[in-house]
Amino acid sequence: MTATVPAECRMANDIARNLGHLPAEEAAEAIAGHIGRFWDPRMRARLHEFVDAGVDGLDPLVVAAAKHLR
Amino acid sequence: MTLLKEPDFGTPERPGPATVSVEVDGLPVTVPEGTSVMRAAAQAGVDIPKLCATDSLEAFGSCRLCVVEIDGRRGTPASCTTPCADGMKVSTQTPKVEKLRQGVMELYISDHPLDCLTCPANGDCELQDMAGVVGLRQVRYGYEGENHLDAEKDTSNPYFDFDPSKCIACSRCVRACGEVQGTFALTIEGRGFDSKVSPGAGESFMDSECVSCGACVQACPTSTLQERSVVELGIPTRSVVTTCAYCGVGCSFKAELRGDELVRMVPYKDGGANEGHSCVKGRFAFGYATHPDRMLKPMVRDRITDPWHEVEWDEAIGTVARRMREIQDRHGAGAIGAITSSRCTNEEVYVVQKMVRAAFGNNNVDTCARVCHSPTGYGLKQTFGESAGTQDFRSVAEADVIMVIGANPTDGHPVFASRMKRRLREGAKLIVVDPRRIDLVRSPHIEAQHHLQLRPSTNVAVVNAMAHVVVTENLVDRSFVDARCEDFDEWAEFIARPENSPEAVQEITGVPAAELRAAARLYAEAPNGAIYYGLGVTEHSQGSTMVMGMANLAMACGNIGRDGVGVNPLRGQNNVQGSCDMGSFPHELPGYRHVSDDAVRTVFENLWGGTLLAEPGLRIPNMFDAAIDGTFRGLFVHGEDIAQSDPNLGHVTAALEAMELVVVQDLFLNETAKFAHVFLPGASFLEKDGTFTNAERRINRVRSVMKPKTGKHEWQIVSEIATAMGYEMSYEHPGQIMDEIASVTPTFTGVSFDLLDKLGSVQWPCNEEAPEGTPIMHVDEFVRGKGRFVVTSYVPTNERSTRRFPLVLTTGRILSQYNVGAQTRRTGNVAWHPEDILELHPHDAEVRGINHGDMVTLASRVGQTTLRAEISDRMPTGVVYTTFHHPVTGANVVTTENSDWATNCPEYKVTAVQVALARPDRPIAAEATGNDLVKAGD
Repeated sequence: MTATVPAECRMANDIARNLGHLPAEEAAEAIAGHIGRFWDPRMRARLHEFVDAGVDGLDPLVVAAAKHLR
Repeated sequence: MTLLKEPDFGTPERPGPATVSVEVDGLPVTVPEGTSVMRAAAQAGVDIPKLCATDSLEAFGSCRLCVVEIDGRRGTPASCTTPCADGMKVSTQTPKVEKLRQGVMELYISDHPLDCLTCPANGDCELQDMAGVVGLRQVRYGYEGENHLDAEKDTSNPYFDFDPSKCIACSRCVRACGEVQGTFALTIEGRGFDSKVSPGAGESFMDSECVSCGACVQACPTSTLQERSVVELGIPTRSVVTTCAYCGVGCSFKAELRGDELVRMVPYKDGGANEGHSCVKGRFAFGYATHPDRMLKPMVRDRITDPWHEVEWDEAIGTVARRMREIQDRHGAGAIGAITSSRCTNEEVYVVQKMVRAAFGNNNVDTCARVCHSPTGYGLKQTFGESAGTQDFRSVAEADVIMVIGANPTDGHPVFASRMKRRLREGAKLIVVDPRRIDLVRSPHIEAQHHLQLRPSTNVAVVNAMAHVVVTENLVDRSFVDARCEDFDEWAEFIARPENSPEAVQEITGVPAAELRAAARLYAEAPNGAIYYGLGVTEHSQGSTMVMGMANLAMACGNIGRDGVGVNPLRGQNNVQGSCDMGSFPHELPGYRHVSDDAVRTVFENLWGGTLLAEPGLRIPNMFDAAIDGTFRGLFVHGEDIAQSDPNLGHVTAALEAMELVVVQDLFLNETAKFAHVFLPGASFLEKDGTFTNAERRINRVRSVMKPKTGKHEWQIVSEIATAMGYEMSYEHPGQIMDEIASVTPTFTGVSFDLLDKLGSVQWPCNEEAPEGTPIMHVDEFVRGKGRFVVTSYVPTNERSTRRFPLVLTTGRILSQYNVGAQTRRTGNVAWHPEDILELHPHDAEVRGINHGDMVTLASRVGQTTLRAEISDRMPTGVVYTTFHHPVTGANVVTTENSDWATNCPEYKVTAVQVALARPDRPIAAEATGNDLVKAGD
């Protein structure tokens, strides 16, 4: 993917990389918590769309976090 | 108000518990031990004549005008250099000293032009005053002998003249340059009769190392160093004390006027942030406020390709309100938003965010702090519990080791840098962590013990390695950590891992392990270790992590909660702290309280009426993305130039072009205004009435020096837009707005304009527990209770050098210019910096065939620009540097969408670039790689 990567995917992956030192389940919760606390609802909705569509390149921790966000 | 003249006690204060009691002309006075006779006399109400003495400088004892007689002592000692002794009896007016003083004055006047009536300093000249005070009636030596009256005037500086024919060689300017400013650009050249003040080695002021701070002009007792505005306009007649509108130091100034015309800005001695000092911007660069480019009438147009039409305020405000509501009707309540400005007052910012939350009905408000210090807010809140620096500026005078990380205070925060340099000259040690060899690394009388010249983007690896040394070499302050902190053991286990050792990370960071270990030990073992940092910390993909890393290090070493220590952000703009405090972030209401907090929302709902959203809104970069997606259609930009200051300008301008309504409020038709449909003219800081909050949480009054040239205050305009949208918002005075802020913000409950007028300024928290404010935070406990250690794993940036883009660009600012240059480019400061320059190492230049002064192309994967090259060995190889002060360069055309993981603060400090000799026929091709998605496991 290039710079045309959806911003929500890029940002979520950045969060995942920085919280990736945590145990997987804890990391997923922390990622979801961060996104829930700082992201506008429409951005969260778009992230869900990408997760649901199985967009290539999303960090597995983001996919796991999305479940906590719903 | 008449012209404000602060008292001059002649020599500096000597604080201390021990006192001595003396009599001056029969008047008893008790002063701290070490106080000069001159100062004691002044405190007793007796002014001893003086010329070479002033209380901002150490006593010098050269003019001999302040001689006195002391019972039991021989001779006539200079009162400025004689310390008081207990029981001393001083006589300041005796026939003997009167005769001596007259003789001294005769000598001075015999070599001074007798042009008082036409001299610019007539009425404001200490030599003139002293001639009167000592009763000079004749000059027995005549005026025909050898003299300096033909000395050539130096008019090279754009702001002040140097007329050596009027110099009395008192050395006040030379000492001010050294002691106050710390630049040491001036000297006394020659000996005896040939002694003369000289910038550098006989150079002009402009060619010398002078930084035009104005300290010499302020110190000069005659018209030798004189503001050109005084030469042209005359001596001012009244003063208004207000606050500078440039950097986050927040200096207090006396705006001195004749009638309604501003003559000069003079730093205010009672200003808590600056204590009488200034820099070239605050002191001299105020001409933009009356520049002919100022826009004074509202304007509207249907499309951004149409010409502007001037309209009356009612029509402009009505247009904004109507079109914003139309967008919401078509696209939903969340389709509009606003950006607040760190150049506006707290009161203005507060009403903008209130308009968004209460009138727009959403939380789509963000501030330009997003692109500078948002990681500070996040990182310090996570670790300490409050989104603010820990110290006051005075605290640096107690520091034993000062660590400057990603900041260049001599350029960005020069008045604070002077404080810091004073402490360094007194013997404090210095650690600089910066890819560039900034001036602090080695300058007159200052040399850093350690310069950790790290590679851009490796801050977190460096701070982790320093903490690794502290933990593994048993340098932790266990009593502090045990009593004051939590989560230490988990953090210590992480930080002690071998991968965080200096040896393990030196390949990544480029910092030799032994040097890093020595620096860590120096910081950890200091009685007081203080950290000061800037955007070189925050503007990274791990900006927030780095802030937490510094907080971890400070807590581990017990360096929090007293004078001389702390973690201190140097804020870029004058009201970054305040704009954040006022609820400018889309997830926080005023006082840094999350919008999801029901109790907090209820407080605001009860005051404002209606229901507030519990969900965060869009941040600035999210607004741009949403605009391109079509869900965000209307934007009110208050005092910011996002089309020049924000990264990846191609993306920014595409977003602006996609919007149906862009409203810009500014002094000038800036770059963003090119994409605007409504332009609302703003008020300069000289016209504003309100408060700014500086980097040390100090709330300073901004007072109207003149009425708004547009006819309206900005808080009025915002209130009228909200009202026109159907949400009644009305204030009579900005003091009412501050009262409202105080009523809903726990850290501001004690703040009012009355209190600020009484105390001069106050540092929040200011409430029942701290009625006169809080200079040092986290003294007995952290705001969050226990200081929290946070694991800070180093994660490399997504931005990678490639074969096509092998260099790393980092951006910043220089002394004479400010931010996007909208203000400073419209002043005499362009004399120092008429264009943005690309600094690069000689090796990087040589392999590209680039010579000093060549025009070069700077290209990244997102864009390219052209600018002039400056070859400089203060850059490391592989790293280039430029500023973003000039729109013609548009340096942010090349910066990318990468941002801090936690806050979306752009990664301005790391962009992979290529540099080549400019050849318009052969631009460097963009490369569509380098930003692939990077996953946690990579």
